[in-house]
Amino acid sequence: MSSIKNPYRPYPARLDNIKVETEDGNLKTFRIVLEDKADREAWKHTAGQFAMLSLAGKGEIPIGIASSPTEEGHLLFTVNRAGVVTTALHNMNEGDRIGVRGPLGNGFPVDTELKGKNIVIIAGGFAFTTLRATLIYMLEHRQDYGKITVIYGARTPGMLLYRDELEKWQARDDVDIHVTIDREAPGWDGLVGFVPTIAGQVAPSPDNAAALICGPPIMIKFTMPPLEEIGWTDDQVYLSLENRMKCGIGICGHCSVGPVYVCHDGPVFTRSQVQKLPIEY
Amino acid sequence: MKALKLDRNAIGQWLSNMAGERDIYAPASDGPAKGTWTLLTDYSMPEIKPGVPARPVKNFLFPQPETLLKFSIVPTDPDCCLPSEPEENGRKNVVFGVRPCDARSIGLNALACKADTYYQANMDKNAIIGLTCSQVCSTCFCSETGGSPMGTEGCDVSLTEIDGRYIARAMTERGEELLALAESFGKEVTDSDFSAVEALEERARSGSDEIRNPEEQLRKKDLMELYNAPFWQELADRCINCGACTFLCPTCYCFDIQDETLHGKGRRIRCQDSCMFPLFTLHASGHNPRGQKIQRVRNRFMHKMKYFPDRFGPISCVGCGRCVRDCPVNIDIREVMRSLLNFHDMGSVTP
Repeated sequence: MSSIKNPYRPYPARLDNIKVETEDGNLKTFRIVLEDKADREAWKHTAGQFAMLSLAGKGEIPIGIASSPTEEGHLLFTVNRAGVVTTALHNMNEGDRIGVRGPLGNGFPVDTELKGKNIVIIAGGFAFTTLRATLIYMLEHRQDYGKITVIYGARTPGMLLYRDELEKWQARDDVDIHVTIDREAPGWDGLVGFVPTIAGQVAPSPDNAAALICGPPIMIKFTMPPLEEIGWTDDQVYLSLENRMKCGIGICGHCSVGPVYVCHDGPVFTRSQVQKLPIEY
Repeated sequence: MKALKLDRNAIGQWLSNMAGERDIYAPASDGPAKGTWTLLTDYSMPEIKPGVPARPVKNFLFPQPETLLKFSIVPTDPDCCLPSEPEENGRKNVVFGVRPCDARSIGLNALACKADTYYQANMDKNAIIGLTCSQVCSTCFCSETGGSPMGTEGCDVSLTEIDGRYIARAMTERGEELLALAESFGKEVTDSDFSAVEALEERARSGSDEIRNPEEQLRKKDLMELYNAPFWQELADRCINCGACTFLCPTCYCFDIQDETLHGKGRRIRCQDSCMFPLFTLHASGHNPRGQKIQRVRNRFMHKMKYFPDRFGPISCVGCGRCVRDCPVNIDIREVMRSLLNFHDMGSVTP
């Protein structure tokens, strides 16, 4: 092997805690601790980056890092059970060994372009994970950002991620949180309506602001018009793309969208960058 | 740099000397292994036919399959599920008789594989002895892609046949070391030999190719205009998405990574993959960003002719012509290149 580090070799890690997040049981949050102290100390990620979770004998999956860099000692990954590897992961137990390869990708520019801006976080369904990392990071560095507004929606109250934390954030006066569900549900006295509708009602000002939007493509599509109506432009909007990935380092070709590799050049792009690309994501 | 003149017997002697430290592979020109790179056991100058062998040289840089990591999956094993690198046997190769197009592909793929330690190690492991082309086949078009039938790029030693003898020129330090193994019996290269090589190079340069430096023109074109060009549909209608072109192509470097297990042991392997297949981009959710054939056909050509040059400079095609020769529905990448070069968006013009 040459002297540069083997980018395909994962760090050994243990599943430290597993929490079922949603009422359908399809989303679990895995708290992962890297086994070697040296790896833990060397680990450094930015909110919005992802990692490859590596299950020996099953394969690897790219998953957004749900923990903020400020939460030291462990990593959080909220995983939807969808394919072979995620199903195997869901069947694992606390204490089991896993591999982590990363951090990969670019992440949100929290320490550069977003600094000093009013931040609007818009999330739908289980796409809230890396935005949770971003929100926690921003709240830890509260003085670096202006007004922070969060609009988060899920189908039902039971499908909301991180409910305990949502309540804590709602109690704070330095962040404006709007949590919504698609339809009326017993016991729910919060907002009701789709994310685009709520975004239109909240109508966050585009002045010196940036919006970070993650969610199903249909949600992103319908969230843009109400924002554009009040003056938002494409270069103020940050999106996080996802595609099938294998290498995670911009070589193998699976996640390519035109000339860019989502894994290496992304996953975070401004909407104006995305508009110049083929719609292959 | 060192240069020697070797006749066929001297080449045999040289191969035999190199075989002490390295395995020597050359394209088989006959028999059941015809067109593949086979281990030489008889150290005489192999018969190498004009043109390229069926299999590209990339198989040495991306072995099929290549073990990236190995691991145990026995739960009681303390190292269970802990991947480690496989042991190397330390044996190095000489790949002999590599045509200039194939040799050039190694460096082009390396542009994309800078961070790939396995690719770098395989470049280290495989010394390339090139053989320039005295004859250009009907499917060859290296000089239209920035290469030359006399090209030496990617070679450690380059051989040029002149009147039944070979002028062997070392092109790298590693090539110097290998050629030193022929020093005791190799003949001195005379001025007239050098002028003969130069004359061949000059002839290669003055060819009547209509395309020169396509990458410069292609880089200037608008990506989305090319992407939306009308000719992709006609290509997609013919293409059967068999993927033969990608497996034969020396510059198609996309790969898949899979885990294999047997009797408590496992390995993570990579093998060539093809963007021609729907599974290449299929999400676990069922969503497929390149679910349509036209998207896949377009992606392969756009990657070679537009995405790659935009990112790295040159086009990702060396003009070996394997895909032209072996495409079951006669898709010709030269025509695609011409379509791209000649395309001007007429979208805004009303008839």
